[in-house]
Amino acid sequence: MKFRLPFLLGGLAVATTQLAFAQGGSMRVPKTVEAGSAFSIQSTGSGQATLYIIGPAQVLKRNVQLGETTTFPAGSLYNAGRYLVVLTAAGASTESDSFDVVPATQPAKLSFLAKPSRLPVSLHDGITGAVYVFDPYGNLIAAPTPVSFELSSPAGTVQKRVVVTKDGAAWTGMDSTAQQGIDKFAARVGDVSSMRVVEQVPGDPCALKMSARQSGQQLQLATDPVRDCNGNAVPDGTIVTFTESYRGGQSTVDVPLKRGVAEVEMPVHSGATISVASGVVMGNQIGWEK
Amino acid sequence: MIKGYLLAAFLGIVTIALVIIGTEWPMPSAVAYASGRSLMPSSSTPEAAVRNLGDEIQAQAWQKAYDSLANKAQLTEPEFVRDLHGAYPSLLTYATLANFDVRPLHSSDSEADIDLNLRWSTVVGPAASTRQLHVVKNGDRWQAEWPIVKEPTVPPQVIPVNYLRWDVIYRGPGDDWGAQDVEAPHIRIVDMHPVERAEGTVILGELLNEDVVPAYVTVTATLLSKNKTPLATEGSFDKISHLLLPKQVTPFFIKFPNVALSDVGSIRMAPVSSLIAASADPVIEIGNEQLHPVPDASLTGQLINQSGQIVNVAHVLGTFYDKSGQVVWVADQYIDHALLPQTPVPFQIHIPEDLAKNVSSQRTVVATYSSGGPQ
Repeated sequence: MKFRLPFLLGGLAVATTQLAFAQGGSMRVPKTVEAGSAFSIQSTGSGQATLYIIGPAQVLKRNVQLGETTTFPAGSLYNAGRYLVVLTAAGASTESDSFDVVPATQPAKLSFLAKPSRLPVSLHDGITGAVYVFDPYGNLIAAPTPVSFELSSPAGTVQKRVVVTKDGAAWTGMDSTAQQGIDKFAARVGDVSSMRVVEQVPGDPCALKMSARQSGQQLQLATDPVRDCNGNAVPDGTIVTFTESYRGGQSTVDVPLKRGVAEVEMPVHSGATISVASGVVMGNQIGWEK
Repeated sequence: MIKGYLLAAFLGIVTIALVIIGTEWPMPSAVAYASGRSLMPSSSTPEAAVRNLGDEIQAQAWQKAYDSLANKAQLTEPEFVRDLHGAYPSLLTYATLANFDVRPLHSSDSEADIDLNLRWSTVVGPAASTRQLHVVKNGDRWQAEWPIVKEPTVPPQVIPVNYLRWDVIYRGPGDDWGAQDVEAPHIRIVDMHPVERAEGTVILGELLNEDVVPAYVTVTATLLSKNKTPLATEGSFDKISHLLLPKQVTPFFIKFPNVALSDVGSIRMAPVSSLIAASADPVIEIGNEQLHPVPDASLTGQLINQSGQIVNVAHVLGTFYDKSGQVVWVADQYIDHALLPQTPVPFQIHIPEDLAKNVSSQRTVVATYSSGGPQ
């Protein structure tokens, strides 16, 4: 079957090229057909003939009575593109024409790309959304179509944008809000919508502060609850580095946050300076005297 | 015809002569094969005794090595083997002794002290260790006393660990075309500095995981000539801590052998990150860090495993800064013994002598690997 179809199409194309000049113009086909809708083709003459409609991904074949109207029900052609119509009668002339199948005007599906899926809070234009609008048959609707983008945070703040598609696509940028959590990012065209989630995570620690308490020969160091500059709790597992510098030496421990704080025990050294940092953010320093 | 007989007679005489010579004055290897005795030279001197012991360790002839010791009463053969290969799985467990040398320290008629320098081949490269052996004379032969270092054992116990662990679920084949996948961790190079060395150009720097999830990271650099054509591309390989927890920083070191820095017009850096399932455990304290000046410029310290999990391999990476805070060198050392909970293990990272004078401060990180994968 794979070999037969190209052979048939090739043969038909050669035949129609040769005969189109002599026989064209006596078959009436619509200029455009909306994908999935019914249409008809009117022929002239008399007798039996075969009608072929050859398109990008479909071939239809009908035995027709010349001089009558051949009707194709809704759903016959659904792939957008240019279609070739060939009417051939045994022992007689072959006629050809063409028409376009255009996407249906009613959107049925959105392909929605939202990036990134995770980003820090308070980032201007940090979130981008791009939408491609498709009809019920998966054809890209190239006609300008308004798309509504909506980003809603758990705190209830909503950012809205309406963008008209250009060549079937629309895109926008949104700001991440100051509060961490899972945002819902929705794109809507008419009754059709698609939703993605965007995780807003805390930024770098802010005003990192620790305190020290001696317990025997050990110094118990603990941070205050670590938060970013918007007051969001920095997630557990974030590394906090404690460094104790003393005469002739230094000790370092990378400690993950647990329940919002980082705690560690380090040996007591009189005259030591203890500092705390997380990533590239420095916290306070403590000078320790016995 | 007569010549043929003469030749046969000559060959017969030569063969008989060689058999007699071989029987009366055999080669040592022939003696060993015939009698089962050792190929080793006799332990008639302290150095020979230690060298024999080294040969037996290299051949993994544990029983022979143990039998040759003078202090067998102080250790059993399994303890001797564990002392060499570690009681817990570690780099030394799968290492072989590549070579060794002996260095006499002092000797008398009845005893001697000798350094045995062992150079192991491990899966991450060579590792060296030195044992100082006391050698005593028993009768007409010398015997070494093995300086057993009894590794502390962890008493049976239950240690609760409730550090965070991250797992990852990626998008599946059933997800639609536009569905999101989990975002790769966001990482950033916070420092980068090319240095010209005698062996070529090296790129030093630091990489930060600025995300809230663990990252598996690598860094690749491409040197471009002044007319923008690529000269060479290299990766950091193991001169980096590949697993970065949130807000953790690792140094990296990329070596370009035989490339002169003067030929380099620009450098293209490519840090790559991917999500990885990881645990925030174990926590390693790096204690008593000390910078030592030339000669023997180095950073020493000790690692203390503050968690309950045994760390099989620890990789210590040191970043060295000048007074202005710029990275001047990155060096590393693998610890060949397992890190047991709350048990200090020393480390020493060497610093090139010409750079040591510029080093003003340092920062050390430890990458750990426990059986079952990197943690």
